[in-house]
Amino acid sequence: MRSNLGFFSDEKFRSIFFQTLVVGLFALGLLFVISTTSYNLEKRNIATGWSFLQNPAGFDISFSPFIEFKSTDTHLKVYFVGVLNTLLVSVTGCIAATILGFILGIIRLSSNWLLSRLVYVYVEFSRNVPLLLQIILWYSILIQLPRVKQSLQFLDVFYISNRGLYSPRPIFESGFSYVSIAIVLALISSFLINRWAKKRQDNTGQQFPVFSSSIGLIFIIPLILFFILGSPLSFEHPELKGFNFKGGLVIRPEFIAMFLALSIYTAAFISEIVRAGIMSVSKGQREASAAIGLKQTWIMRLIIIPQALRVIVPPLTSQYLNLTKNSSLGIAVGYADLVHGFGGISLNQTGQAIECMAIVMATYLSISLTISFFMNIYNRSIQFKEK
Amino acid sequence: MNEMNEVRKPPVATTGIIGWLRINLFFNWTNSLITLFVIYCLYQFIPWILDWTIFSADFKYNYLGEQITNQEMCSRNLDPENGGACWAVIYVRFYQFIYGFYPKVEVWRVNVAYAMLALALLPLLYAKLPYRKYFLYFTYIFPVIAYFLLNGGLGFTEVSTNKWGGLLVTLVLGCTGIALAFPIGIMLALGRRSKLPVISMMCTLFIEFIRGVPLITLLFFGMVMLPLFLPEGIDMDGLVRVLVAVTLFQSAYMAEVIRGGLQAIPPGQYEAAKSLGMSYWRMNLLIILPQAIRISIPPIVNTSIGLFKDTTLVIIVGILDLLGIGRGTLADTNWLGLSYEIYFFVSLVFFIFTFGMSRYSLYLEKKLKTGINMGAD
Repeated sequence: MRSNLGFFSDEKFRSIFFQTLVVGLFALGLLFVISTTSYNLEKRNIATGWSFLQNPAGFDISFSPFIEFKSTDTHLKVYFVGVLNTLLVSVTGCIAATILGFILGIIRLSSNWLLSRLVYVYVEFSRNVPLLLQIILWYSILIQLPRVKQSLQFLDVFYISNRGLYSPRPIFESGFSYVSIAIVLALISSFLINRWAKKRQDNTGQQFPVFSSSIGLIFIIPLILFFILGSPLSFEHPELKGFNFKGGLVIRPEFIAMFLALSIYTAAFISEIVRAGIMSVSKGQREASAAIGLKQTWIMRLIIIPQALRVIVPPLTSQYLNLTKNSSLGIAVGYADLVHGFGGISLNQTGQAIECMAIVMATYLSISLTISFFMNIYNRSIQFKEK
Repeated sequence: MNEMNEVRKPPVATTGIIGWLRINLFFNWTNSLITLFVIYCLYQFIPWILDWTIFSADFKYNYLGEQITNQEMCSRNLDPENGGACWAVIYVRFYQFIYGFYPKVEVWRVNVAYAMLALALLPLLYAKLPYRKYFLYFTYIFPVIAYFLLNGGLGFTEVSTNKWGGLLVTLVLGCTGIALAFPIGIMLALGRRSKLPVISMMCTLFIEFIRGVPLITLLFFGMVMLPLFLPEGIDMDGLVRVLVAVTLFQSAYMAEVIRGGLQAIPPGQYEAAKSLGMSYWRMNLLIILPQAIRISIPPIVNTSIGLFKDTTLVIIVGILDLLGIGRGTLADTNWLGLSYEIYFFVSLVFFIFTFGMSRYSLYLEKKLKTGINMGAD
């Protein structure tokens, strides 16, 4: 019956035919888009190319904690400020969301009915209300705080007002580098001690007080050094001058709103992931570890969590990716991240939509790929190892 | 005999209300302390929130009995001691929240479309509906009816999409995005699993690209780049451009969910279909996809919840959905400073939709677990 179709019924031929067809259509479409786009750009007098990156931006960025930004700086610098701001809110958000999510996930499994119901209500509310709405809501709460003159005070050094959180800025003096070197060395050596102690315990069964020795190394030795060198650290306190504070460290309400909304929203998802992960560890594991006489806290730390992590890490990775992508919503409250600064204001000023959007998209893609790369390495390190 | 006189205490109750309380709330000292602390916090919080939202709130009239027409007339602005929320803003602006700036004469068309939407969803949500087949026919033609009803044409006067707003835009974006993304997602999922290397590579690249960038960049793409890509004379409507972006975004996520379902189908199903001489499309349409989609319905509902929440992002490119109308109302000097009331209301509307959808997905998961045995356990 098929024979009259001839060579068309040959699978190999059909495969090549269809793929060539698809590639051909795609190329035609691409050609069409390129030609119409170049025509449109020419007609609207929009410049092309990357030279605009060197042009002065001509606008100010209110929040740039890492590098100084002036309105005479280039669009390229706008881009870097944006990337740093995106990374800042993503990294701090991920850390806070993880901590909060783990705590809430464990509370959700608590035997106390009232407590676990309370967390359930929180999870359902923050999961089911759009994130953008939560960001805007937090922002509107923060800008309704008292004005600068009536700002709320904590411990006489922190001031909270509708302009943000003002705190003392640490000023590192010459001797402080020795202290930081001591801290880094202490971190490395406690990591090595931890590995050595684990090996020794595996071989001989003898335990080593890893925790207390690490605390001693990381905190006490640098602290002694700090005082020997004559406390080479001072603080610049914010001072009320005229209508605003001068000096000190400022955390703008846009950042606080983004940070709170992102971490609270994502923590709700993470807590459900943690709950599912812990519940996936079979009951027998807990009973067996209780039977050999492990303490409650040890059961959690040595038996339950390591096994639960295998289930938790893959979906946790996608939550980190979501949080990073969601940080692009900063544009709604004017947080100068990648999308708002470079993809928004720079794009509007230069009109070079294609170049700006291409750079923004490529940056997000590389951030996403980097996060999944590192999380995949971590994931591989905690999976079952066949010995 | 002495031993017999020693009366043993009855065991501590583990059933009934007392037993339940003992196990779940007062199991030990720390547990009891936590319970009491939580009860204390709730005792402080619940009366306050009830008072603010209901008992001292203004719904239509303030405490003087006047009908509220602007924020100055809200009880709490007349007398800060005496008043909670001022829901009058919702009451006055209710029309805009639900229909946007749709002309009042034509608003019956939106109402009919809302009712038809409910009717069209019914056979999709409830599998045991009598005469489900005929209802499904209606579901298939509903998008066409809704287009003419809302947009105009076929004797209806035209209502330009920049007059649409509020819940109408939220629902149009959500429903159209989900409905269009479903077939595209299926094609992408099949394409990614295809044995033809070029097609599989193209689908994978597309899916990973869309999933790697935030929705907001795609919306910007639709708003600022799409007009540059099209030949002169083709002027795309703003809502349509946003819909293109939303659909592209959703179809990539839908594709991954359906791919998960496809991977769960045992290879025996493919082999059996092929041994019956079925072609690729016949095998997928009749054997593989019905099973794959059935097991991926709960995650499909979950990504749909995500999309429904993400439709709020369109306010950034200037489309007035429910949240956009809320922000617009706040910018009006008549209603300045009522942000908590407005955001509370918008959150509540979203919560009702998304919580309903998530409950539905849980119900489906339970039904699927008991209903069919996939041979996994």
